[in-house]
Amino acid sequence: MDRSTFWKGFFRQQRPLIILGSIVVIVILYFYLTTPVITEAVLASAVRHATPLVLGAMCGLLGERAGIINIGIEGQMLLSAFIGFLVNAWSGNLLLAVFAGVAAGAVLGLLLAFMSVTLKIDQIIGGTVINIIAVGLTGYFYQAGLTTEGKLAPIALGKLAEIPIIGRPLFNNPPITYATIVLVFVVHYVLFYTRWGLRTRAVGEHPKAADTLGVNVYKIRYINVILGGAIAGLAGAFLTLEAVGSFERLMTNGRGFVALAVMIFGRWTPLGSWGAALLFGVTSAIQTQIQFAGVIDIPHQFIGMLPYLLTIIVLAGMVGKSRPPAADGIPYEKE
Amino acid sequence: MNENIPLALEARKITKRFPGVVANNRVDFSLKKGEIHGLLGENGAGKSTLMNVIYGLYSADEGELFIDGEMVEINNPHDAIDLQIGMVHQHFMLVPVFSVTENIILGAEVMKGTTLDLNKARQDITRLSEGYGLKVDPRAIIEEIPVGVQQRVEILKALYRDANILVFDEPTAVLTPQEADDLFRIMRQLTEQGVSIVFITHKLREVMDVADRITVMRRGEVVGTTTPQEIDKRGLAEMMVGREVILEVEKDPASPAEPVLQVMNLSVNDERGMGIVHDISFEVRRGEILGIAGVQGNGQTEVVEALTGLRSPASGEFYLNGKEMPYGNPRKLIEAGLSHIPEDRQRHGLVMSYSVADNMVLCTYYESPFAKGLQRNKQAVLENAEKLIADFDVRTPGPMVHAGKLSGGNQQKVIVARELSRPVQLLLANQPTRGLDVGSIEYIHKRIIEERDNGAAVLFISAELDEIMSLADRIAVMYQGKIVSTLQVDQVTKAELGLLMAGSEV
Repeated sequence: MDRSTFWKGFFRQQRPLIILGSIVVIVILYFYLTTPVITEAVLASAVRHATPLVLGAMCGLLGERAGIINIGIEGQMLLSAFIGFLVNAWSGNLLLAVFAGVAAGAVLGLLLAFMSVTLKIDQIIGGTVINIIAVGLTGYFYQAGLTTEGKLAPIALGKLAEIPIIGRPLFNNPPITYATIVLVFVVHYVLFYTRWGLRTRAVGEHPKAADTLGVNVYKIRYINVILGGAIAGLAGAFLTLEAVGSFERLMTNGRGFVALAVMIFGRWTPLGSWGAALLFGVTSAIQTQIQFAGVIDIPHQFIGMLPYLLTIIVLAGMVGKSRPPAADGIPYEKE
Repeated sequence: MNENIPLALEARKITKRFPGVVANNRVDFSLKKGEIHGLLGENGAGKSTLMNVIYGLYSADEGELFIDGEMVEINNPHDAIDLQIGMVHQHFMLVPVFSVTENIILGAEVMKGTTLDLNKARQDITRLSEGYGLKVDPRAIIEEIPVGVQQRVEILKALYRDANILVFDEPTAVLTPQEADDLFRIMRQLTEQGVSIVFITHKLREVMDVADRITVMRRGEVVGTTTPQEIDKRGLAEMMVGREVILEVEKDPASPAEPVLQVMNLSVNDERGMGIVHDISFEVRRGEILGIAGVQGNGQTEVVEALTGLRSPASGEFYLNGKEMPYGNPRKLIEAGLSHIPEDRQRHGLVMSYSVADNMVLCTYYESPFAKGLQRNKQAVLENAEKLIADFDVRTPGPMVHAGKLSGGNQQKVIVARELSRPVQLLLANQPTRGLDVGSIEYIHKRIIEERDNGAAVLFISAELDEIMSLADRIAVMYQGKIVSTLQVDQVTKAELGLLMAGSEV
């Protein structure tokens, strides 16, 4: 992809997302005119629901763009959420706790890279190992009744936060949500505009070609998977330190896997993933609103299914033929 | 050539061992500045190993390398690039979804701050490509451009890194005759601008046409160095194979009997539903070889896929020995006496991770004696393999070795052994000698003619005119999915055939 052709390709590839997104935007505008308060609440909640998903998706796509499939995002998030929570409970320092969560994710990323790049273990098994480790460790060390010293609070960005519709969702958020929005653009820039990104994508598509030009395939894979782990760690920190304020067993609740769906729907691009994550976020937020309002008399379990149902429909029907990086999941062996 | 021209590259006594084989045994090789040096040898002779040592992909166990008279050490491709050595790989090292520009700058990126400067890179590439007469569109995506142009990108990749020694590894294997001629023109032009070229090939005609000097390798050793003026094709072939080789195919005139294969009004669509074969009819008789000539991509592959049950035709029918055959049922066809030597031996001919023995029973594993009820009879499979390995002269360390470990020629022999060890009614051979060395080609031609003389009908597809002219009894020319002409081989010249393949009337 050349940059000029990149955007052309981007919009062509993202057609399902753009169509779906446009419909959602129209619906939102309609509701904003009738019930502005609830609509803004739904949107703000959508952005926050989207945060761990897009972070997880970026973890996944950094790995896959370099040729490493990461299905351990769920585990990376869960363990990071737990570590972040523990560090906060012990130290009372939120910032330190966030860094601890990010570091925990990075360490699991290193483990995945070691397994899949150096040991050349099947990457699906490597990711499963990480998921099992995370469930095991967090389950074993979990102590009921441990509480944290508060959680990260929203910061309103002055006048920006007063803009109708988008003001509250975008400019009145806690720090990790802001960081996520910035990260989306940073990762996009790195992947498509820098030397590192070009080499990463080459390694994910045709590692041998990169190798013959003197690019260190193993180094690129290691670093991308570790960076991805750190980003998943941030998602974990978001869950305990920003969204909930405490840790519960299995609290990631499948977000790591939904993130993979988000990544595929977003065609392995940060911006596309953000769009897809927002779409899921909107569904989740609407689902909550429906449950609160009790307008529809159906069991809440069915309403709770909504986001997951959307995942299935989107992946099965809307995505169409999507093309992952050609060397995705294939260990590289030098001759 | 003048003896006093300095050497651009010299390799002295290079030895490279792989487990079980000595791929290069004390190999000496020298490249003069500005020459095209043909490196000739059969598959597995050690040509590519030598060049991979020079490009730093392998490290030699013994020996010394000199660039411009100075001893150097090349441990990885990076070192080679720094020493201005470039390589055009046989399987292109290009990222298919990247643009030409991105492929060329990868690893040597032009930056503006932290951002890639693609504009500047495009300008550089345009200047470079115009300077060397290698026309490419820097914005084009690799997978959307023809193979010949992709190869230009490979060359530009090396020139972009200031290469003045260029290694071409079997560059014509993927090219049409026209593209190959184009490449030779480019190679000569490059030498005029001071680039020295190593040209690896196993095609005699090509080295005779284009090389200034020729070094022949056999079984890991250099047999000798000569020039096209001092030797002819026959002599080269002898050096390569180590014995006298018959270049012309010897065969008796055909004595065709009743038709074995009858194809009527066959039309085939591609994956997107576009018509790619349009309403063709032909027949192949017992005891004759019908050659299908045509530039690749004119529907030959699809015809073969339809006739072997790998692709369902859009319409039409075909008969084997008078019986109508079903669509898309390879086993029925095999049991009716179809043998198929596929175009791509690694993808469609063999299971690379299976043993030679298992590959030899891929079509018959479920039948007696290879199976008893639900159980396989491994003893019978092994005995069958040992017999076929001896009969067909397959060079393998043993029957249980993975097919992927064999050289191309021996892989092809495994397929030929499997396909011809059954009673053959119709033999469908699609480019059966592509990428093979002289010895293996000779062998496969001989086998095909034997099948014909034993009463099989043979349908033979090849993109190489020489081969079609020498092997076939009748020739059908395909152009844009239609058979434009069917001729007796003795009633047509090569030039006429070339014109028909290009779509013009004779």
